[in-house]
Amino acid sequence: MAESLPISAPHGATPSGTNYLNAEKGILSWLTTVDHKRIGVMYLVSTLIAFGAGGFFALLVRLELIAVGQQIMTNKQYNQAFTLHGAIMVFLFIIPSIPGALANFVLPIMVGAKDVAFPRLNLMSLYIYWLGAIICLGAIVGGGIDTGWTFYTPYSSTVDGGVVAMTMGVFVLGFSSILTGLNFIVTLHKLRAPGQDWFRLPLFLWATYATSIIQVLATPVLAITMLLLAAERLFGLGIFDPALGGDPVLFQHFFWFYSHPAVYIMILPGMGIISDVLSVHARRKIFGYRAIAYSSVALALLSFLVWGHHMFVAGQSELASTIFSFLTFFVAIPSGVKVFNWLSTMWGGSISYTTPMLFTLSFLFLFTIGGLTGVFLGMLSVDVHLHDTYFVIAHFHYVMMGGTVMAFLAGLHHWYPKMFGRMYNETLGRISCLLVFIGFNATFFIQFIMGSRGMPRRYYNYLDQYQSMHAFSTVGSWILGLGFLVMLYNLLTSLTKGAVAPANPWGGVSLEWHTPSPPPTENFHDTPTVNNGPYDYDTLRSAK
Amino acid sequence: MNDKNAVGVDLGTFWLPRQSSTIAAEMDLGWDVAYWLSVFFFVGIVAAMAYFMWRYRRRSENDITSTVDHSLPIEITWTVIPSIMCVGLFLVGFKGYINASIAPAESYEVQVRAQKWSWKFIYPNGTVADELRVPLGKPVRLIMSSTDVLHSFYVPEFRIKADVVPGNYTTVWFEATELGEKQIFCTEYCGDDHSFMLASVIVLEPAKFQEWLQSTEGPPAGVSPVEHGQKLFARNCASCHTVDGTARVGPTLLKVFGKDEKLADGSTVKVDENYLRESILNPNAKVVFGFQPVMSPFKGLLKDHELDALIAYIKELK
Repeated sequence: MAESLPISAPHGATPSGTNYLNAEKGILSWLTTVDHKRIGVMYLVSTLIAFGAGGFFALLVRLELIAVGQQIMTNKQYNQAFTLHGAIMVFLFIIPSIPGALANFVLPIMVGAKDVAFPRLNLMSLYIYWLGAIICLGAIVGGGIDTGWTFYTPYSSTVDGGVVAMTMGVFVLGFSSILTGLNFIVTLHKLRAPGQDWFRLPLFLWATYATSIIQVLATPVLAITMLLLAAERLFGLGIFDPALGGDPVLFQHFFWFYSHPAVYIMILPGMGIISDVLSVHARRKIFGYRAIAYSSVALALLSFLVWGHHMFVAGQSELASTIFSFLTFFVAIPSGVKVFNWLSTMWGGSISYTTPMLFTLSFLFLFTIGGLTGVFLGMLSVDVHLHDTYFVIAHFHYVMMGGTVMAFLAGLHHWYPKMFGRMYNETLGRISCLLVFIGFNATFFIQFIMGSRGMPRRYYNYLDQYQSMHAFSTVGSWILGLGFLVMLYNLLTSLTKGAVAPANPWGGVSLEWHTPSPPPTENFHDTPTVNNGPYDYDTLRSAK
Repeated sequence: MNDKNAVGVDLGTFWLPRQSSTIAAEMDLGWDVAYWLSVFFFVGIVAAMAYFMWRYRRRSENDITSTVDHSLPIEITWTVIPSIMCVGLFLVGFKGYINASIAPAESYEVQVRAQKWSWKFIYPNGTVADELRVPLGKPVRLIMSSTDVLHSFYVPEFRIKADVVPGNYTTVWFEATELGEKQIFCTEYCGDDHSFMLASVIVLEPAKFQEWLQSTEGPPAGVSPVEHGQKLFARNCASCHTVDGTARVGPTLLKVFGKDEKLADGSTVKVDENYLRESILNPNAKVVFGFQPVMSPFKGLLKDHELDALIAYIKELK
């Protein structure tokens, strides 16, 4: 590689030189930009606002459940609150956050390109996301929605409220997801730097590629499902409602045919981040590059074959349930392969306990629990008892929050210096990670116990025997919320007060560390050439 | 929770409820296998992680790190061994599930009708009850359907659960192994009062069960038809009809008997025993003016002596 690698910080109070943040000024220059970095930052802000809103509803739900009977809201309000928590977190935060914000920012830089393959399409994805978000907001304000984020029929096709508007919002959001995926696939195929073959891509990009395939192939099914649901409500077409001659279980097949692959849209990019952050902060070549890369693709393909495991007790045939259970166990293999390879990457490394690394270690701990409890739910007999209890809630929060959100935060802290040219306060970063880790486990581990003891999910009121566990969980949610407030404070104040970030604060080798922080609009002054893998830290040492 | 249907779930172990059905032990075998395998892997992974975190902490910026980046034998090992374990786990789960799915041929059958937000249990002799009374030690098969949206029938202590789907029948079966009351939950979200959609299974000695079933054949002894009708009214009708003169979802039944009622189609009908009977069994035949045809028919849900009691009670509302 041509350029030198400054590890120490340059002197001066502000990042020097022209970069993508100061190249143009004014709101309009942001709204009309086609720069993937600016679009990534706007996605970041948007999805974090959604995360805040979803988190707010989560705290309300937990507060209502602190004791038996009515606390702060009625049963109808509670049903709306958990619906909004789920729908906002899934459709407005987890699905778009890592691809839209982090991958959008670093993917073109990681392949040495000036931008994604279709920059205008990229901006359009963001506008479609905003449009979808506004429609969802309209549904929430206009009619309210209490169907759960799963919109199961015939409840969703008969109940009052903003179901049609909400499904239209989700329909629109889907196109944002499809276009982003399409853009990344083409970018990875056509715009890689000279010398960068597929096995010189950072593993985050393999994961993003696998994710993009799912986004492009699975999301249209969600769009079709939402259209059919809207058609049933608006025109009385009998598709899902048995009163009109429809089949309610058909809706569940359609819904999970998208929403199970969507689980991998949520987790795969997070797994990619973990591979990169772990390797950089342990300064050790990743162990099992090809195994991790192929396991991402394997998970993407398997994700299309296991949707029926959401429906073991839904009235599908025993034969179907049996086949889906069998296939589901094969999801455990690539997931396990990744965990073992990450562990092996720690072996013989030089582990630095930076904030991104602490989030990564939290991920390993929590995702292991999330993955292992998935085994219980994949077993036909055990799932009969656990289905639709708090055990399931705890399981998917360990995967989605302990997995994806921890990985997102690891990536955010890892690339924050690159994005904004500033370092954050490392001590505050570590404290926030610790609070989130403790708060998360306090909130959710107890829910495994509640669930295996029979506490059903989506319950406004509950038996007295679960009260102390619910109260414990609610207190945990406050610690979790506090951790996020500390993090928000740290990241916001560091935007102006943080130390100026060097080009390569962590000693990474992949291309984003070979350009200034923040990068110039065109990313690189000269097109870089790639002569080594993304984790060859000895090239860094010999360059010094 | 203040609810007569909240009977509670008794615990058997730290993690799981009591085993109160014949299939519970085999279902829990699956739990035990998954649990101990998970403990093994979790402890192993976290112990390795903790050791590496300490052993390979960064000592200086110039630490030399390992460049070993793959090992085929290791990769094969940690792919193949978990694969074999997974097939084993699948088989354990499959075996328990199939045994739990196939009801013995001689099972006693009870129909279950789920609706927002209550359960009705209908016995072969036509008796309709709010609690599920079953004999001890005899397999019982439930044939379930819903009149509105999805519900799910869950008895934690029996380890049984199945969704109840409108326009379709689903079934579960169990054989209770101990006397007493067991909690029934609805576990598929069904709207406002989903969390109040509780009921109980009452396991009785077979002789006591037969006694109870026969006692439902005729009118209850020592209770006048009007008193019996009042109880039936409170259970079946009071959520939509008042007896104090105010209209709710349906018209009030105060002073309704003998009245000339105007109907939605403009005609008029005299409220007599036959009109009341028709309006209970097939309520949408003659809908009162100003009300929607939303009442579900009670045909098949009430016995003749219960209809008689209800009509006797309504006649008394003067």
